[in-house]
Amino acid sequence: MKHFTATLFIFLIAALPLRAEVDIQEISSPGGLNAWLVEEHAIPFVALELRFRGGASLDAPGKRGEINLMTALIEEGAGDLDARGFAEAREALAASFRFDVSDDYLSVSAKFLTENRDEAVALLREALVNPRFDETAIERVRAQVVSHLKSRETDPNALAAKEFDRIAFGDHPYGSYFGGTLESVTALTRDDIVDAFARTIARDRVYIAAVGDITAEELGALLDGLLGDLPPTGTPMPGPVAFGATGGITVVPFDTPQSVAQFGQPGVKVGTPEFFPAFILNTILGGSGFNSRLMEEVREKRGLTYGIRTYLIDSDYSESIIGLVSTVNSRMAETVDVVRAEWARIAESGVTQDELDAAKLYLTGAYPLRFDGNGPIARILVNMQMEGYPTSYVKTRNAKIEAVTLEVINRVAGELYRPEALRFVIVGQPEGIDSTD
Amino acid sequence: MRSTLVSLLVSFGLAASPATASGQVSDFKLDNGLEVVVIEDHRAPVVVHMVWYRTGAADEPPGKSGIAHFLEHLMFKGTDDLGPGEISRIVEANGGSDNAFTSQDYTAYFQRVAADRLGLMMEMEADRMRDLVLAPEDIATERDVILEERATRTDSDPGALFREEMRAALFRNHPYGLPVIGWRAEMAGLSRADALDFYRRFYAPNNAILIVAGDVDPGEVRNLAEKTYGPLAPSAGLAPRLRPQEPPSRAERRVVMEDERVAQPYLVRSYLAPERDPGAQKEAAALVFLADLLGGSGATSVLGQALQFDSQIAVYTSASYVTTSLDDSTFSLVVVPTDGVSLTDAEAALDDEIARFIETGPDPAAFERLKMQIRAAEIYALDDVGDLADRYGRALTSGLTIADVQAWPDVLQAVTVDDVTAAAKRVFDRRAAVTGWLMPAGEEPAK
Repeated sequence: MKHFTATLFIFLIAALPLRAEVDIQEISSPGGLNAWLVEEHAIPFVALELRFRGGASLDAPGKRGEINLMTALIEEGAGDLDARGFAEAREALAASFRFDVSDDYLSVSAKFLTENRDEAVALLREALVNPRFDETAIERVRAQVVSHLKSRETDPNALAAKEFDRIAFGDHPYGSYFGGTLESVTALTRDDIVDAFARTIARDRVYIAAVGDITAEELGALLDGLLGDLPPTGTPMPGPVAFGATGGITVVPFDTPQSVAQFGQPGVKVGTPEFFPAFILNTILGGSGFNSRLMEEVREKRGLTYGIRTYLIDSDYSESIIGLVSTVNSRMAETVDVVRAEWARIAESGVTQDELDAAKLYLTGAYPLRFDGNGPIARILVNMQMEGYPTSYVKTRNAKIEAVTLEVINRVAGELYRPEALRFVIVGQPEGIDSTD
Repeated sequence: MRSTLVSLLVSFGLAASPATASGQVSDFKLDNGLEVVVIEDHRAPVVVHMVWYRTGAADEPPGKSGIAHFLEHLMFKGTDDLGPGEISRIVEANGGSDNAFTSQDYTAYFQRVAADRLGLMMEMEADRMRDLVLAPEDIATERDVILEERATRTDSDPGALFREEMRAALFRNHPYGLPVIGWRAEMAGLSRADALDFYRRFYAPNNAILIVAGDVDPGEVRNLAEKTYGPLAPSAGLAPRLRPQEPPSRAERRVVMEDERVAQPYLVRSYLAPERDPGAQKEAAALVFLADLLGGSGATSVLGQALQFDSQIAVYTSASYVTTSLDDSTFSLVVVPTDGVSLTDAEAALDDEIARFIETGPDPAAFERLKMQIRAAEIYALDDVGDLADRYGRALTSGLTIADVQAWPDVLQAVTVDDVTAAAKRVFDRRAAVTGWLMPAGEEPAK
């Protein structure tokens, strides 16, 4: 191939004007519910995404895991239908309802066909307004959760996350696994589940997005029918928690050929001037793809791992930078050294103009590609609402990336990355590594 | 160039207006043998560009397990025109993402980018189809990476090791019994020459399928394909893919594996099963229904109802069937018993339910619900053009044709209750099955 470079040049020039092409409508239902809508009539179905802020962080003291168990039970019978009857009704309509929970929100992801939309929404309403929480269903689902919790006790990744969160967040809900423990889940009663539902599912904390074959007027009526009978308020949100881990190493002994490490330090909050510089820095240091500094140093140059990645985490109540890597026990010490050295390098020397330019091209080019499909778009829209962004953000976001200068990003790098503050939790039998405290 | 709308939309009268149609499929072949499939979706300015090779782990020479997957990694190491890692860097610089995957029957490479970057992706992918360059120093490092990959995905996971043992027992003669990632000892010995031999033998336009899915015009794709892939020379002497086949099955097999890292014991039963064959997909379609009816959903399936609802024998049950495979496929059942229930009792309950199902056949109401879901799945599938691209790639590398892919939804809708019962009778033959128990170390394998 001869003319490769010339072609490449042309394509890079063309890379700039791209931006997300979605037309977001902000609607208010007659009953006062606010939602974002993208009309897309090409395929006869709708993706509806609901998020209730708070999620598993609203567990009552001593009852860790109750909201997780409750979430798994929402679809296990509602109104006149027991668990089987509900599932049969949903399958007959070929609708799909997913109920998920994490520390920051409980989500409902629904998909339903235009041809039977009213029946599908009426069925979903029964689950959200009249869940049964039958004792038989509670026992059956509790056994599934207990089986899952037992498996986590011998899963190195789960063990690393558990110890890391305990060190970083202590008694705050973030300090423990939202699924609970064998003891806490075993002790939960039906009253706990009913109470957890009432605290979590309410109109004052719901965020709504719909994408697909539906008009604004139809969506407003749909939402009033679906959510109009929910209680107006739920329980108060928990308070913030500082990232409490200090620099050092914690080894959790575990018999496995390969050690797993989770590492991290304090992060930055969305909406602060430091956020976009930090976001770009994380992409360069350990973001997705094959070309981060850590992938280059740890995988490509040394073959130490199949993958290493870092995440800029902005949760509702805390911010952190978290990394994950696994490697054979004999080479974990070398891996830790490389990670620390890269942390120190980016803190001291920052990044180069070339790295900044490449990261900007990647991030601005990748952003519109996220908007591919009704379900993914609905999830992006609901995320934006929870982060407090306006609908115009999809058109201004790339400009915020472009505006970050080398001077600013390197100032932020120096302030943000603190190699001495890095805490490693290592699960396995890493050779030549001991806990530092 | 042929052009056909995904058939179900037509047959159920749900076709969208032509201006906004999703899922329009065209195909053509270049003179050098490269097959091209174009799937249109004009809702977003995005394209998925994939090249699928008709070669995978089951095409490896004896003693070289893992070479197909190792080569997949090495394909990112550069060409005569591109330095190591440069393809991924250029993809990222254009805001895209790229990756690759290897299975028993295929190896595929893909990029997801803005639609106006398609030409560049085609140029780079065409370059590495014939002009791969491997520096000796890259081999040792990348071999360490695949050994780490094996450690992460297999050796650290007793469930994954157990699946390896199950497949090795199920396939006695066919290379499907070997893991795609390779046996560790053989992986450690893979060389640059092994990789290049495999590459030269199998990576050629007449052994590949190009799939372009997204906001593209088929005529423009043809122009770009002729410019980029068109000049590549085809390989001579590509042999038909005749792998060693399974002999008749005369004895059921059992695998019992203990591991200290297992907290939750469970059992798996895997049967050899027929796959979708060109022009003959009816049996496979019946097995799709069988898997869903037996173990599709916990609340409504036969196994879920019997073992999780009516009795509390299991916390989880499932049935699964792999439709698309060049040679014999598998039909698998899983039972995770409730605390205190032995694997012996769980297995007996499973076999009772299989026997009962063969006796009574599917519940007609459940059958109709499933048919509705399978029809709706075709509508939902139009929302994910990458998934449609996968369907074609898997099928065309597994001996099927584009006509087979397009007929498949109708073949599914034509399945009857009696077809499912008959397929169940044929597939549930214990002589062609392996039953595996995965248990914590030191636990009594209760009799």
